[in-house]
Amino acid sequence: MTLSTASIHALPHAESAAVEVRGISKNYKEVEALRSIDLDFPRGKLTTLLGPSGCGKTTLLKIIAGLIEPTSGEVRVNGKTVTGPGPERAFVFQDFALMPWATVMRNVAFGLELKGMGKAERQSIARHYIAEVGLTGFEDKYPHELSGGMRQRVGLARAFAVNAEVLLLDEPFSAVDEQNRRKFQEDLLRLVEKERKTFIFVTHSIEEAVYVSDRIVLLSRRPSRVSQIIEPKVDRTASPDAIRRDQGYLDTVEEIWQGLKHYVD
Amino acid sequence: MASSQVNGPVRAVHSPAGWGLSLGRLFTQHPIVSRMVSLGLFFLIWEIAGRVPISYAFPTFLETLSAFVTMLLDGSLFAAYGSTLQPLIIGIAISGAVGVTLGIVMGLSRTAEWLVAPLFIVLQSAPMAALIPLITFVYGIGLAAKTLAVIMLALPVIVLNGYKAVRNANPSLVAMCYSFQGTKLQQIAKIIIPDASPVIFAGLRLGLAAGFIGVILAELLITPTGIGDLITYHRSVANYAEMYAAVVSIILVSTLTLAALEAFEMRVLRPEKRRG
Repeated sequence: MTLSTASIHALPHAESAAVEVRGISKNYKEVEALRSIDLDFPRGKLTTLLGPSGCGKTTLLKIIAGLIEPTSGEVRVNGKTVTGPGPERAFVFQDFALMPWATVMRNVAFGLELKGMGKAERQSIARHYIAEVGLTGFEDKYPHELSGGMRQRVGLARAFAVNAEVLLLDEPFSAVDEQNRRKFQEDLLRLVEKERKTFIFVTHSIEEAVYVSDRIVLLSRRPSRVSQIIEPKVDRTASPDAIRRDQGYLDTVEEIWQGLKHYVD
Repeated sequence: MASSQVNGPVRAVHSPAGWGLSLGRLFTQHPIVSRMVSLGLFFLIWEIAGRVPISYAFPTFLETLSAFVTMLLDGSLFAAYGSTLQPLIIGIAISGAVGVTLGIVMGLSRTAEWLVAPLFIVLQSAPMAALIPLITFVYGIGLAAKTLAVIMLALPVIVLNGYKAVRNANPSLVAMCYSFQGTKLQQIAKIIIPDASPVIFAGLRLGLAAGFIGVILAELLITPTGIGDLITYHRSVANYAEMYAAVVSIILVSTLTLAALEAFEMRVLRPEKRRG
């Protein structure tokens, strides 16, 4: 165990963990991306995977999603071992992954369409989540008619629409400009509050992580291991602008930066 | 400029090959006014060049136009296309059906790729015109030989485009479909084929253009029938205006056909391209 693991907080009880990661390792040929990762993701919380770029946080998220096979170890969702994608998990892609030939409506309803749900039913569900992400009125637009931020809202609505318990977000805001990103983060917090789902969020932005997360898992550089788990002491009942000026918020950002600094060259 | 908004479909797929296609692209990408201006300029230069004259075998635009109208009215053009289009339509239908299917299968399966791709890569780079006399040798001078000439020219480009399009389907969309538990069949029908359709259609357009070349070559080299015969006949009796009119009619027909195919694609397969 490395020195930094000493600061790991006591893990929550297993029954409250929606997702358990046990001894996950991943090698790409000679490159060791992840080395025996053990993590619990508590139910109903937003946990962020944060680490230096190229540390394998997206790889870990895709392993949880069932999109990538780990070299060893296993992931359990609600106690069941993951062998591939499943209905209890939904993924939000970094590059949005929207079908350019389909309208916002069809894109949002696509997960339901694949399940064979009837058109009227899936469209009424999709319409609800299009409204939730603030895109009412854009149902019949095509992705290329939307801004980057709006496209990712479509991706988020699509993930919400399948009513999965666990939402996996892979750097969802990295292709979104700074101003839209702030607004989007605020909306995400509101949705986290409202939807009561388990969120696993990958980002390389420390501020973003501290702003949106209940828990932050710091990963070390490759081969990646869990170096620290931080629970930001931020009062989320305050307004977004107050949070960003909150002393707890600023201290946590600083703490994480001190932890990550030595990985940056 | 005649028009300030030039917002035709953006395609980064293939460079145009041959006259028919580049004209076809010009026609579909620009508003009507600039098309007319451009054509008018071309006809003007033609008329001047014909009046100089640059050659006694080179008719003016107006002579050609009047020959065209005459041939249209006396029915000789229609009769010629009646026999030219038959092998072309059969050949393109076969090439389209076989080519798109084969291309998609090759794109999806490594085994099929390994078995079939090398053949078509060789066929595409081979000078097909040189093989046309061989067709005559085996299949005689009938409809079969002409249809085969069309297929030989059209099929490789259709197959290879379909194959490349499917093989290069957006991996992120494929992963998205997989993550929402789409079946393999849904993945092919709802993601891969729609994603590949612009390139598949580009292949069909190139195949159609190549098919026109095939059928004209067959008529010039194998059997003097149809529009090829019309060209040969008018050349032999020195009716140069009629000969040029026949040549121009081929360009016209192939351009209109290609434009129609593109319009069909816009309407049916890529609704999002209809808006700017």
